[in-house]
Amino acid sequence: MKKLSPKLSQKLAVSLLTVAMIITLIPVSAIIFIIVKNGISAISWEFLFSMPTQGMRAGGIFPAIVGTIAIVSCSIATALPIGVCAAIYLNEYARDNLLTRIIKLAIVNLAGIPSVVYGLFGLGIFVMFLGFGVSIIAGALTLAIMELPVIITTARSALSNVPNSFREASLALGVSRWQTIRHIVLPNALPGILTGAILSIARVAGETAPILFTAAAFYTPNLPHSVFDQVMALPYHLFIISTQIPNMPKNIIFGTALVLLVMVLSMSLIAIIARIIFRKRRKW
Amino acid sequence: MDEGFFENGEKMEQIEIKDFYLYYGKFCALENINLSIKEKRITSMIGPSGCGKSTLLRSINRINDTIEGVRTTGQIFVNGKNIYDPSYDIDSLRRNIGMVFQRPNPFPISIYKNVSFGLEVNRICSKKSVMNEIVEKSLRDVLLWDEIKDKLKKSALTLTLEQQQRLCIARVIAVKPQVILLDEPCSALDPVATRKIEELMLILKQNYTIVIVTHNMQQAARVSQDTAFMLLGKLIEFNKTSTIFTKPKKKETDDYVSGRFG
Repeated sequence: MKKLSPKLSQKLAVSLLTVAMIITLIPVSAIIFIIVKNGISAISWEFLFSMPTQGMRAGGIFPAIVGTIAIVSCSIATALPIGVCAAIYLNEYARDNLLTRIIKLAIVNLAGIPSVVYGLFGLGIFVMFLGFGVSIIAGALTLAIMELPVIITTARSALSNVPNSFREASLALGVSRWQTIRHIVLPNALPGILTGAILSIARVAGETAPILFTAAAFYTPNLPHSVFDQVMALPYHLFIISTQIPNMPKNIIFGTALVLLVMVLSMSLIAIIARIIFRKRRKW
Repeated sequence: MDEGFFENGEKMEQIEIKDFYLYYGKFCALENINLSIKEKRITSMIGPSGCGKSTLLRSINRINDTIEGVRTTGQIFVNGKNIYDPSYDIDSLRRNIGMVFQRPNPFPISIYKNVSFGLEVNRICSKKSVMNEIVEKSLRDVLLWDEIKDKLKKSALTLTLEQQQRLCIARVIAVKPQVILLDEPCSALDPVATRKIEELMLILKQNYTIVIVTHNMQQAARVSQDTAFMLLGKLIEFNKTSTIFTKPKKKETDDYVSGRFG
């Protein structure tokens, strides 16, 4: 067989890569297009800020929005401090030995566990063993465990991106290791840490399985009063109205999906903008 | 070494290195170093890359401790006390022995805060007026004050490399050390900036003991009074700079300073 000329193979390669890129773009844009097209008619102030009525076939999705925000913010409030502390330990203090390597490997693998397994774990530990019941707190802690690997991994890379020369300069001034971390390393790693935190929120906000057993209610007539209350949550609500309720108006289903999509995408957008601002400011 | 080889007999020994060995894992980077450095003089360490001169310098403030797998034997005495004694407070050692690095490494904060950092974080000084005085004095000492007094709040990264290196020296001076270690402080600078830093070293010598590692033999000849020549982790020869460069005792030293290798 004759070999292709370099020019021709270059052309072929570029067109193959372009086609692959277009193929990946199609489903994403199709999803967004279909959801926006079918759901936009449902969006109104009333839809966003009122309770569902007529067996959820009308009214709004306010409690589900509130529930999702409550669960997600409680989960990040737990996972962020723990994750950042663990990342500091691994990056700044841990010696490179077998134990450390096992821990690092475990963290990476934690990210690969199916989310339904997290849900069952949360049911066993938080709902039953610790007796929180099906509640915001149980769901939030379950999601927090899911967020941890993402937060630890991004925080570690943010910490290790801080040049070592800063650490040396600070230590050489007689500043202790912890003070160096607090005053030099952390402030410079903070934008990266926050970007990771936002991305991990975006990842768990749309999760259904982990909250299915731990936090989500089919329907609640009232908004939650404390973290020990059950709540409605957007992903679970979406699952119910699209599978469990007959004669559900189509635009409400798509409208709910649209709200969830916008919430998650805007969080990713915030992370992207934060990263751009940070890159511009950073000079080292 | 000859008896009475230091003419400035009245000067005290500030740093004394005795039977010092350093290993990176199994690799012996410094072998049986014995060296004494006198106060308020400039001592330079020269030798080809990888000879251990930076490693030796970094042993004097124990910044090598941050590298994993480093092990040492022997002693280094500073003001008569062994800094490798387990009870020795490393943070206070590092305040007493400042260090300036190869590449200027100011913190990405304001010029003022760079200088005040060591004092503020260690809570040595909390009064604003005292702090202002120390910052001004430190910046004056490195001849930087007049250039930057109007932009103390600006980021230190807006300065030129040479100004940054001066700032790094000012940052060290602010915590009032006795010794300043300079690890190839001019290798990132152009010749004009290098000359300015060298002039500064000669001024600082009046108040500080200075140890400088340099790969630039002319620099060692220009600024230092004593010179140590190292090769493959060993101290080959230590003598007055003029002696090292004009009539060295060892053949290796002669070969190196006359440019036959390295």
